[in-house]
Amino acid sequence: MSFPWAKEYKPAIGLTQWLDEKLPLPRFVYNAVGAGYPVPRNLNYMWNFGVLAGFCLMLQIITGVILAMHYAPNALVAFDSTEHIMRDVNWGWMMRYAHANGASAFFVVVYLHIFRGFFYSSYKAPREMIWLLGVVIFLLMMATAFMGYVLPWGQMSFWGAKVITGLFGAIPVVGEPLQIWLLGGFAPDNAALNRFFSLHFLLPFVIAGVIILHIWALHIPGSSNPTGVEVKAESDTVPFHPYYTAKDGFGLGVFLLIYCAILFFAPNALGHPDNYIPANPLSTPAHIVPEWYFWPFYAILRAFTYDFFFIPAKLMGVLAMFGSILVWFFLPWLDTSPVRSGHYRPLFRKFFWFGLIPTMAILFYCGGAPAEEPFVMLSQLASLYYFAHFLIILPLVSSIEKPEPLPFSITEAVLGKDESAVLNANPTAA
Amino acid sequence: MVRLFGPLVGLFFAVALLWSFGNGAYSAITEPAAPTAEHEFHLHPKDVKFASDGVFGKYDKQQLQRGFQVYKEVCATCHSLKHVAFRDLADLGYSEGEVKAIAKQWGTKQPTFDPKSGERAERDNIASDYIPTVYYAGQGVPPDLSLIAKARHNGGAYVYSLLTGYQEQPAELLKKFPDSKTPDGLYYNPYFANLNLAMPAPIASDDQVAYSDGTKATVDQMSQDVSAFLMWTAEPKADKRKQTGWAVLGFLLAATVLAYLAKKNVWADKH
Repeated sequence: MSFPWAKEYKPAIGLTQWLDEKLPLPRFVYNAVGAGYPVPRNLNYMWNFGVLAGFCLMLQIITGVILAMHYAPNALVAFDSTEHIMRDVNWGWMMRYAHANGASAFFVVVYLHIFRGFFYSSYKAPREMIWLLGVVIFLLMMATAFMGYVLPWGQMSFWGAKVITGLFGAIPVVGEPLQIWLLGGFAPDNAALNRFFSLHFLLPFVIAGVIILHIWALHIPGSSNPTGVEVKAESDTVPFHPYYTAKDGFGLGVFLLIYCAILFFAPNALGHPDNYIPANPLSTPAHIVPEWYFWPFYAILRAFTYDFFFIPAKLMGVLAMFGSILVWFFLPWLDTSPVRSGHYRPLFRKFFWFGLIPTMAILFYCGGAPAEEPFVMLSQLASLYYFAHFLIILPLVSSIEKPEPLPFSITEAVLGKDESAVLNANPTAA
Repeated sequence: MVRLFGPLVGLFFAVALLWSFGNGAYSAITEPAAPTAEHEFHLHPKDVKFASDGVFGKYDKQQLQRGFQVYKEVCATCHSLKHVAFRDLADLGYSEGEVKAIAKQWGTKQPTFDPKSGERAERDNIASDYIPTVYYAGQGVPPDLSLIAKARHNGGAYVYSLLTGYQEQPAELLKKFPDSKTPDGLYYNPYFANLNLAMPAPIASDDQVAYSDGTKATVDQMSQDVSAFLMWTAEPKADKRKQTGWAVLGFLLAATVLAYLAKKNVWADKH
């Protein structure tokens, strides 16, 4: 779909005219991310992260495919083949560091993209489907990242795989056979490593497919914007190209500067030293921690330390960890306020900045810390707020809050006045 | 439906968390976690500077050669270095002839197997061989050292601290934790995670190694040199990585400035 004033694609030369008749791919691109897609003119830099996430996926696929040319998914040689890439393959060290830090960069960008969505309620009608598909992408990303981390077959790879697949063992009755079936054995070994490699190669392409659906669903209502007021007239929008291609180009530059600074000057800062020790099933690391981007959810998993009536603590932890992400699926129906943007929601805004954000920071810190006091108690309180925020506070706030007045239109929000608003206010004056 | 069940699910998790929190708080008060000797006496690595530190740092090849000599004459008795090939030593500034000579004279030979006769034998190492694995029969499991400097937090300083950190077990420790006496056959070292390790102090006296470049071979100097060498074995491409990084950042900075100006230009009439 598009707004009636969207520019139409006009093939200029013979070749593009011919192509437009046979396979209108240039038209498709023009309407998707070109001049044919009108976008609200007031997007701030928080709207850069969708494009950056797409860039990260491409970066991961390209570096990943090259790494797969040199990597051997066999428990006997996987660790050594990773070192072979680091030492003997031309620019192999760069490919591997780019891929490992690329995963971190991807998660940074996607977390900012998601929290943009939280603050501006991008999940609200008519954009629920975009949000739902986004959560699916995030879940696929988590699965992909987890399996990718297993591949170098270091200590954290092995023990991380053991802990995470062990979660399935918490499911009553079918848990243990399910876990053995998933791993292809009683503990992670060659069978698990091989299937993780296969799936780690497959899932990014599944993600790419869901991203196409995500963008398709986006183009039906069009992009959201920081005011949360829908587009009313042509003056509210600008064509994606050149306006947002230029803005995204600058954003990409800033992103690459930070990413490359880490890649070239602190490539191991985000990793764990134990993963440079080859996997050893007989030696358990002192602290098993996942990669940083899983820490908040790992903290929720470990927050349940006592059996709750007949539910074992481990099962509660697993339910809560998966629940903490599944709850995002229900956001469009939990937050019933008709106002989208946090800028015009005084109470919601307070809970966002002083509730959700500090909670995520605490969960993040506790997830990376050893399972000792006070971190366990802190993560219990933070997890409590996390669930309360989405399931109790949000519905309550949306029903009692009195939103601040919204601007008449996006144009008014940007320019301070909107000619058509004046006309509408005085219909007789026209 | 969502508005009905959502808060119920929220309450369910909240109550379960309060249950865990309450129980945890109760046992934290009634039976606080006992302090351990590891917790109180383990030390973070010493503050030591290496030529390769920082974004401008580069390996000191002379030091790496000395460190390699310490590895060869001291560490290599027990510890392997299996990810390093003799040819890699050219990076330390050795000529092709020197690399070949080092390989040929290496103490541990390359095992060979003749599939026709079934005979097992040995041959001299050549430059393209990886440094042969050391088999160790004594107590403990000496780890391969290729990656040790990346497999520990602050690895270079860790190796240096460990090598220079051997000492008598403090009387205070034994007074506080009478059960934590270092077992026979182990050696006390506060820089090791559990305080006691099977390796005796490997670099014990000055001039244990005779440096050919005139550097005085003190225990501290030898420990620094071999730590620097192990930082190189863990990350042999670090110099090239940093050099590439500056070129990449320079290009990106210029490109980003241009992108910013382009963005400003495009948006000039829309603000």
